[in-house]
Amino acid sequence: MARERRSARRPAAKVSRLRKKTAKVPPQQAPGPIEPVVRDGLRGTPLRDAHVQGGMVSLERWEPKLEYRWDTGVAIGRFLEGLREGKILGVRCDRCHRTVTPPRAFCEWCFKPMDAWVELADAGTINTFSICFITWDMQPLEVPQIPAVIEIDGTSPRVGFLHLIGALRAHTVDGIRKEIRVGQRVRAVWKPAAERTGAITDILHFTPA
Amino acid sequence: MENQVAIVGVGLTPLRPVSPDLSFREMIFEAATRAYADAGVTPREIDTFVTVAEDFHEGTSITDEYTPDQLGAVRRPVHTVAGDGLQGLAAAYMLVRSGAADVAVVEAHSKASNIVHHEEILALALDPTYERPWRVNPHAVAALEMRRYLHEANASPEVSAQVVVKNRGNALRNPFAAYGASLSPEEVLRDAPVAEPLRGLEVSGYADGAVVLVLASMERGRSLAGRPVLIRGIGWASDEPSLSGRPWAQAVYAHLACEMAYRLAAIHAPANEIDFFEVDDTYAYKELQHLEAALRLEVGEGARLTVSGRTARDGELPVNPSGGSLGMGYGYDASALVRTAMAALQLRGEAGAMQVTGARSAAVVSWRGVPTTSGGAVVLSAQ
Ligand SMILES: [Zn+2]
Repeated sequence: MARERRSARRPAAKVSRLRKKTAKVPPQQAPGPIEPVVRDGLRGTPLRDAHVQGGMVSLERWEPKLEYRWDTGVAIGRFLEGLREGKILGVRCDRCHRTVTPPRAFCEWCFKPMDAWVELADAGTINTFSICFITWDMQPLEVPQIPAVIEIDGTSPRVGFLHLIGALRAHTVDGIRKEIRVGQRVRAVWKPAAERTGAITDILHFTPA
Repeated sequence: MENQVAIVGVGLTPLRPVSPDLSFREMIFEAATRAYADAGVTPREIDTFVTVAEDFHEGTSITDEYTPDQLGAVRRPVHTVAGDGLQGLAAAYMLVRSGAADVAVVEAHSKASNIVHHEEILALALDPTYERPWRVNPHAVAALEMRRYLHEANASPEVSAQVVVKNRGNALRNPFAAYGASLSPEEVLRDAPVAEPLRGLEVSGYADGAVVLVLASMERGRSLAGRPVLIRGIGWASDEPSLSGRPWAQAVYAHLACEMAYRLAAIHAPANEIDFFEVDDTYAYKELQHLEAALRLEVGEGARLTVSGRTARDGELPVNPSGGSLGMGYGYDASALVRTAMAALQLRGEAGAMQVTGARSAAVVSWRGVPTTSGGAVVLSAQ
């Protein structure tokens, strides 16, 4: 567990090292001392990121070590076992006549246990998608990621899960825009059986059918 | 009094040290199904839903977004209280009392077994500048409090061991309890200390479980299936959070919470007007502090009452006839609603083998756990 306390009077050595590292993009001004200014009648204390990174601002750091092991329970557990076997499972409610996936033990509309498990096709239709140029933690991507909500065949309308679109013929963004659309038919591309772990990632991605 | 509020439905799953067979959703669904059946309501007849949950205990940010499905609350008013179970109960109580809802539900659950590093979450609750750098075990914070309590109470550690023996023994009669046991005070005192003077057996064990309570206006409650238990008064309070500035021996937050609840309930002499108590006993000595708050006693008087045996299930002032958290298991902020559920079953005369004879009124006192100085109180009456 890294814990770091920084005082306002940290020696300048660390500041200059940091300035060097970030000097390329974009050229950054030396942070200069932290002092209040009055300009055109407006008062303030200019503070730059480099002041913070350089230890010129007193701050506390703490990295939480949070770790959980969630019980999957009946519904998610069986769904994940299905994925390991290369099957997409759903559940049916005989009161509202909906078939849904990912499965749940109870119908959230009827507030009663689900009635039956069903094996669904590993194909579906794109409900909505995005062509995304940054990773989840905001790093630029060369090849865009295409998150999509897939309505799985055999389920009720507007039921499905978030997955990725992959293995497209197109290699340019313009080509991707032409190749997929809302309503596009897609099929699951599975990991080889030996590599499956019982996770949503056992399906590598969906690809145009 | 106008718009009185009652608990008209009680549902909970038996508490267990682990629950790998059920997801938290499935556990809550089970508790909600029981509570709604008990009250004789369908989810559509419930006007508003309150859930008590803490993101760090769930491992999910904005964890209340995952609540509606299993309560039958999709597209309904839902909000979360990230606080003590009784603060959640108070929110539901106020919604009914104010007339904003006729029927309200409050839910809390624990999947404590799914948290890998409890101590890391507790460390995050300490002040980052003054307290965290020492990497003190959270139980040691309780030990500091216990030491000061015993010192000012002029009590021996045996009194805390007696609380353990009593509560784990009471739990043997409670089908919802996870930690029922027949122990002797000597066995507790022989147990290795976690942080002196606190011994391992004086710390309640974690438990998984879910609890759902249905509240309704008294008027509405009469037409429902459940046997209403009146909420006569409710209160909550927070003291100074700093480890240096708090009054270690006395649970001032609990005294203040009880006074708020007693004022609403018009309770003047709690020892005469309240038949039994369900109070937080996360650590055995906490029961003594919370009992002193509930009975308006000086530091140490709770210890003497316990030594005299009067807090036994069949004594004059039964405390934790359910077994408390020591006997049932500790489920973070759900613990307070478990205490409340147990009190409600007693007042309905449906507590089976743990029934307190002639129980007509009860006080519940809660605590948010280490390192907090926050808690709540509620006064309940049979109808
Ligand atoms: Zn249904």
